[in-house]
Amino acid sequence: MSSVTGQPYRFENVPAVRQGLRDVNYLADDGISGVVYLADRLAKPILVEGPAGTGKTQLAKSVADMIGARLIRLQCYEGLDESKALYEWNYKKQLLRIQADRNSEGWTELHDDIFSEEFLLTRPLLEAIRAADPVVLLIDEVDRVEIETEALLLEVLSEYQVSIPELGTVTANQVPLVFLTSNNTRELSEALKRRCLFLHIDYPTLDREKEIVLAKVPGITESLADQIARIVRSIRQLELKKAPSVSETLDWARTLVLLGIQHIDAAQAKETLHILLKYQTDIAKAAKELAVDAK
Amino acid sequence: MLDLMSGFIQELRTAGLPVSLTENLDAMEAVQHIPLEDREALKYALGATLVKNNSHWRVFETVFEVYFSLRGPQYKLKPDADPDELMQALQEAMERQGEGKGAGGAMDQLTPEELMQLLMRALMEGDEALMRALARQSVTRFAGMEPGRPVGGTYYLYRTLRNLDLEGMLEKLMENTRQMMPDGQMTPLEERLERDEYDNRIEQFKREVEAEIRRRLVADRGVEAMAKTLRKPLPEDVDFMHASRDEMASLRKALQPLTRKLAARLARKRRHGRKGPLDFRNTVRHSLSYGGVPAEPKFKFPRPSKPELMVVADISGSVAAFARFTLMLVYAIQNQFSKVRSFVFIDGIDEVTEYFKGCEDITEAIHRVNTEADVVWVDGHSDYGHAFEVFWEKWGKEVGPKTTVLLLGDARNNYHASQAWVVKEIRKRARHVFWLNPEPRSYWNTGDSIVGDYGAHCDGVYECRNLRQLEGFVEKLA
Repeated sequence: MSSVTGQPYRFENVPAVRQGLRDVNYLADDGISGVVYLADRLAKPILVEGPAGTGKTQLAKSVADMIGARLIRLQCYEGLDESKALYEWNYKKQLLRIQADRNSEGWTELHDDIFSEEFLLTRPLLEAIRAADPVVLLIDEVDRVEIETEALLLEVLSEYQVSIPELGTVTANQVPLVFLTSNNTRELSEALKRRCLFLHIDYPTLDREKEIVLAKVPGITESLADQIARIVRSIRQLELKKAPSVSETLDWARTLVLLGIQHIDAAQAKETLHILLKYQTDIAKAAKELAVDAK
Repeated sequence: MLDLMSGFIQELRTAGLPVSLTENLDAMEAVQHIPLEDREALKYALGATLVKNNSHWRVFETVFEVYFSLRGPQYKLKPDADPDELMQALQEAMERQGEGKGAGGAMDQLTPEELMQLLMRALMEGDEALMRALARQSVTRFAGMEPGRPVGGTYYLYRTLRNLDLEGMLEKLMENTRQMMPDGQMTPLEERLERDEYDNRIEQFKREVEAEIRRRLVADRGVEAMAKTLRKPLPEDVDFMHASRDEMASLRKALQPLTRKLAARLARKRRHGRKGPLDFRNTVRHSLSYGGVPAEPKFKFPRPSKPELMVVADISGSVAAFARFTLMLVYAIQNQFSKVRSFVFIDGIDEVTEYFKGCEDITEAIHRVNTEADVVWVDGHSDYGHAFEVFWEKWGKEVGPKTTVLLLGDARNNYHASQAWVVKEIRKRARHVFWLNPEPRSYWNTGDSIVGDYGAHCDGVYECRNLRQLEGFVEKLA
């Protein structure tokens, strides 16, 4: 089977995606694996949104791992521009080139020469497009760039090509899998959203969290993992400034294993809460809620 | 299938989701790639292509259920639960129970007590198939649904749940668990965890019941009619003054990410203003990489001063929710202002800035405002005139040229004197005076509302009925 772009599909079906991710230690639910599968079939980028620390970036890494592709990562920040995201001319090298043969060649030749690929510095987006080997492109925290800069991404995301005025249009050899992550600090533009599949990763369910803990923390007993998952769920139900993320759950589980704790009681929970929660008010609130007999 | 899809998308649009044509096409294409008999997969395929905002997910889910839950066989979709399977689960459960009833006991013959017993066991063990079967059975038995009866789904839900007494069920479950412990006691932590677990299962059961009722209503009335009755406004469009308790909770939840977004946006706006004067040192430093030619001029960024804010809010019953949300929003982004002071009134006025100081939890501060502030002067009915007069006397001198004054309320003055001159005086001193009114514009200046009297002296009077409008205003303000 092959897709519209003439490139063979990467995944057979949804369960295969799920199993593949499980093999690289990422426990996906049906929603996640379904959307990854669709992204491959429709050749569309995935926009992953959700609270911090629920494994958005990890998803891209795991998918890359699963299909044996190289991960190219573009970390977004305020003030990101095309010379950091797409490409840049290597001015210093161009300058050297001009100085080196000041006397020999004519201007036209030189002009053509200094705007050739030799003087082009590829940045993540262009690199992902030109790559010959399979790649996964991760555009991390896309909500951090300004709304104007988002427009830079549009051509790459919908057409998989980059236009360089001096050189022409560079088209992709292959359609890479693209992941964009967002912490939702601002609303992304409609144009960007329209081009992507949307995936919201929320805190995992009780069972899934338990499985994650079991898979990621070596040497943990099943009963302890179960207890951890339950306590974390209870804490998430409180109204907190910052609910504990999956990565914090894992940190907590590791700590408990290191301390040699097999069964958590209230006192131990209280002592180690600061790993799970990062605000003093939150810690106090959780300690109070968990210790007090709920009547 | 095409018909069904276009109806579905139409309904999503009416519910307020912005579904574009390209998204529609994507959805159609996505559907071709997934096995149609898998309902979950269909849901995620449609969700990923059509819903691009997480707060719209719930609306989508409801519409999806109405459109696709019943029409299984017709479109070769597998119905989400096979009745035979459910029957079997129930049979097995009854066999295990083995109290008097033989294997032949059909579920219609169960007495209510036995039904309760079964339900309790299902909840205890978290047996999902059994829970679903019981949800079905209890709807049949207790909801008293009749075809063509013009009652909403909530009525049936209420009837069913009332008969099941889930509150009491929780207590019984806890009691049972306690007895199962070796020493008949649980530590508070364990107790808490068990309770949360059961709470969760009961919630799930309630959802099953709700879904069942919805399924039957769809069968009775048809999809379009049902979708219409279920249509709910998105959280950002909920009216402050008429929000139900559930809606309030969802509003509070929506407020937090919103403030975060707003703060980020405002901070960014402040930094990326116009360019300032030339930064000489920086330019020279960068010129070194161009051989001393200042090819890349650098500019200083201007730092515009932050406004000072005084919030004067009516917290009498009708507009309390609105005042609460505005205060929460303002304090959540208070680092965007150089100073925030807040005053609340009904017919007396009191400063409540102190409550927010050194208190990290805004919700708690708001609670203190509602309980401790001294806002009643005579009878506890809004008197804007008196409140403003006292404000002017006590704090009028502190209004300065940098201050922006926000007046919140519906200006329903119970026919007291308006004392609008105070607003006029304030405006002379302050940078801006704005009035936010949570009432629809068409109600203004009707009855005892005198917003026009005050509005004449304000720089702007804004209708602020929902989060969307409030957000828009605050962004303009900072």
